[in-house]
Amino acid sequence: MSEAATQPRLPDEVGVPDPFQYMHPVMKKNYGNWDWHERPRPGVLRHVSKDGESIYTVRAGTQRQMDLFTIRKLCDIGDQFADGHVRFTTRSNIEFLVADPAKVDPLIEKLQAEGFPVGGTGNSISMISHTQGWLHCDIPGTDASGVVKSLMDQMYDDFIKEEMPNRVRITTSCCQINCGGQGDIAINVQYTKPPRINHDLVANVCERPAVVARCPVAAIRPAMVNGKPSLEVDEKKCICCGACYPPCPPMQINGDDSTKLAIWVGGKHSNARSKPTFHKLVMANLPNNPPRWPEVSEVVGKILKAYKDNAKDWERMGEWIERIGWPRFFELADLPFTKHHLDTWTGARHNMNMSAHVHF
Amino acid sequence: MANSNGGDARDHHATPMLDELETGPWPSFITGLKRLRDSSEKQYAPMVNDLLGQLEHSYENRLGYWKGGTVSVFGYGGGIIPRFSEVADKFPASKEFHTLRVQPPAGYHYTTDILRQMCDIWERHGSGLIAFHGQSGDIMFQGCSTENTQKAFDELNEIGFDLGGAGPALRTSMSCVGHARCEMSCYDEVKAHREVINEFLDEMHRPALPYKFKFKFSGCPNDCVNAIHRADFAVIGTWRDDMKVNQEEVKKYVAEVGRKYAIDHVVAMCPTRALSLNDDDTLDVDNKSCVRCMHCLNVMTKALSPGDDKGVSILIGGKRALKIGDLMGIMIKPFMKLETEEDYEELKEFAGEVIDFFAENALEHERIGETIDRIGLPTFLEALGVDPDPNMVKHPRTSCFVRTDDFTEEAEKWYARKGRKADDDATVAAE
Repeated sequence: MSEAATQPRLPDEVGVPDPFQYMHPVMKKNYGNWDWHERPRPGVLRHVSKDGESIYTVRAGTQRQMDLFTIRKLCDIGDQFADGHVRFTTRSNIEFLVADPAKVDPLIEKLQAEGFPVGGTGNSISMISHTQGWLHCDIPGTDASGVVKSLMDQMYDDFIKEEMPNRVRITTSCCQINCGGQGDIAINVQYTKPPRINHDLVANVCERPAVVARCPVAAIRPAMVNGKPSLEVDEKKCICCGACYPPCPPMQINGDDSTKLAIWVGGKHSNARSKPTFHKLVMANLPNNPPRWPEVSEVVGKILKAYKDNAKDWERMGEWIERIGWPRFFELADLPFTKHHLDTWTGARHNMNMSAHVHF
Repeated sequence: MANSNGGDARDHHATPMLDELETGPWPSFITGLKRLRDSSEKQYAPMVNDLLGQLEHSYENRLGYWKGGTVSVFGYGGGIIPRFSEVADKFPASKEFHTLRVQPPAGYHYTTDILRQMCDIWERHGSGLIAFHGQSGDIMFQGCSTENTQKAFDELNEIGFDLGGAGPALRTSMSCVGHARCEMSCYDEVKAHREVINEFLDEMHRPALPYKFKFKFSGCPNDCVNAIHRADFAVIGTWRDDMKVNQEEVKKYVAEVGRKYAIDHVVAMCPTRALSLNDDDTLDVDNKSCVRCMHCLNVMTKALSPGDDKGVSILIGGKRALKIGDLMGIMIKPFMKLETEEDYEELKEFAGEVIDFFAENALEHERIGETIDRIGLPTFLEALGVDPDPNMVKHPRTSCFVRTDDFTEEAEKWYARKGRKADDDATVAAE
């Protein structure tokens, strides 16, 4: 065999690809020269440049985890009904870019006929930003795509319409690392039991000092168990966060019944009006109940209804609650307030009401 | 039981729970996976059949069955997410199901042609399943055998794509649509994204940092790529001069929605009470009080626009819970111009200094926000040669537990800086 054949191919470390080779020509031409935009209907944006040129964007929902057939179908639609240029949003919606307004309606019709919901713009509920779950992650407490499919089926009408007070950004995460991120509503795994340790495996699989250092509450310490070096957990201190599990898989944090789902509200990335905020716990201990997680759907539905019925235009979930107060939120969403809603982490005191301001 | 060609329905794993995810109006990933499983002539059909079998197994038992490991491609220390099945005895064809994290074009622009090329490559070497995009910002080519990983990467690399980050490394970045299609955009996000990330690719491809480090680029404070929460180094567009007001368009807007609506939803929602509606339905803006939150610009897209003196703010230290709790980025550079080549060089230089500081000072598995918390913001600023600025704080300290014997010298530095700035402004004005 020649040397060339045995040598591996040298990679070309190109880094971030140049997007201009893929960008719609009208966007390339008007790069940095846009003037204003409007939303002619849900799922459609029209941006107008300072030179008066327009580009239409038709946004459609996808399942994010797409098979080749779906991607090729979207490409066919993009070639036949749009201009062959697409982009994806941060929330995995696909956007078709169209210069000719006459193409917009046929494109929408085609997308809808092929089962792709057109929407996700403005004051809608956009696609849930989510994680991998049982499909691909090595530490998941639940699935991601399945929960998302179930919820998007339920919220379908609010994706294709713009009838919420402001945009609603929902996230899901299948462990407490929370890769799904902050959201107006976040549906996250919450473990409820300390890790179960397979002491036969710890010494060979885990770098023990690193695992000890990983624990946020210093509940893990080295120990000899059955004559083998292992780790033990002070279960009174353990907050069941699961941080030890990724670096030490023999510390199994998931259990078929102990892995629960918690719901958080009021996270916001944008700086519009109020500063960015973290989401806050409102419900916990919901069962991890595939394939459609009905208990989660019910709580999310109650929160969305309370928000839709009561918030003012432009108020995001957290801003609405800020105005009406937490007592009224728990009442309107029909959720219990417990001692677990009282923060106990670093800085917890700053989350208490240190005033005589009371909502009655 | 899986068969070798995956084509015979009798040999498909039964998936009664997953089948329930095929009903309802939202596109179903299960239907998509089944299309792959049923393409009996394709190399990926048996793999996807066993993948569905394992997923159904997870749904039944409410547990995950993947474990990590070590898989890489030639020349890289990261970018492949290895997945080995813990139930490979039951589902052998998907025993290896690795993901290639591939960096997308800045702003997520594609042609149908390049998407088809990706599909063709993944049809030959992968599972046929691609996610646009993962939470890391990458295109996730999900499901590849160890043997095919190098082949898939080589072909993706041939069409101009590169691996993203994983592990303790610089991570794949994201930028919003920005200049390409948004009037709010305050800098060239594509240029900033590509110049910064491509400058430090070595940190991405050969992981050697204490922990992950993420940049994100948003063109305005609407922060569409969620930089303040999710990035160690958030670059957010903003402007220094007055916002632009087209008073005729303001009047049209007020006429359209009504005066009460305009006052309740624009004026009253301004977080710093910087707006007032005049008696003639024009808008009075107190630009010195405005914090560039974007609300009124978002509502009145025709009437209001960012000013001309644009640039960026840089916030450092955003991350999620592990280990000390959630952190958002702290305002470190309230304003940097980002127009000339020199400006971009300065951004890259600053980014490099921050990465170097992180590499040298962070503890293992510590994000830079945690490092800042541990050492205190003044120490961090001093290390980077950044002067303290009142825009960095919500309010000055409330604790008296601080040693202030050099307060007078520090105050002199403040006055000296102010004097220099006044001179600079005078020079600019004279030009």
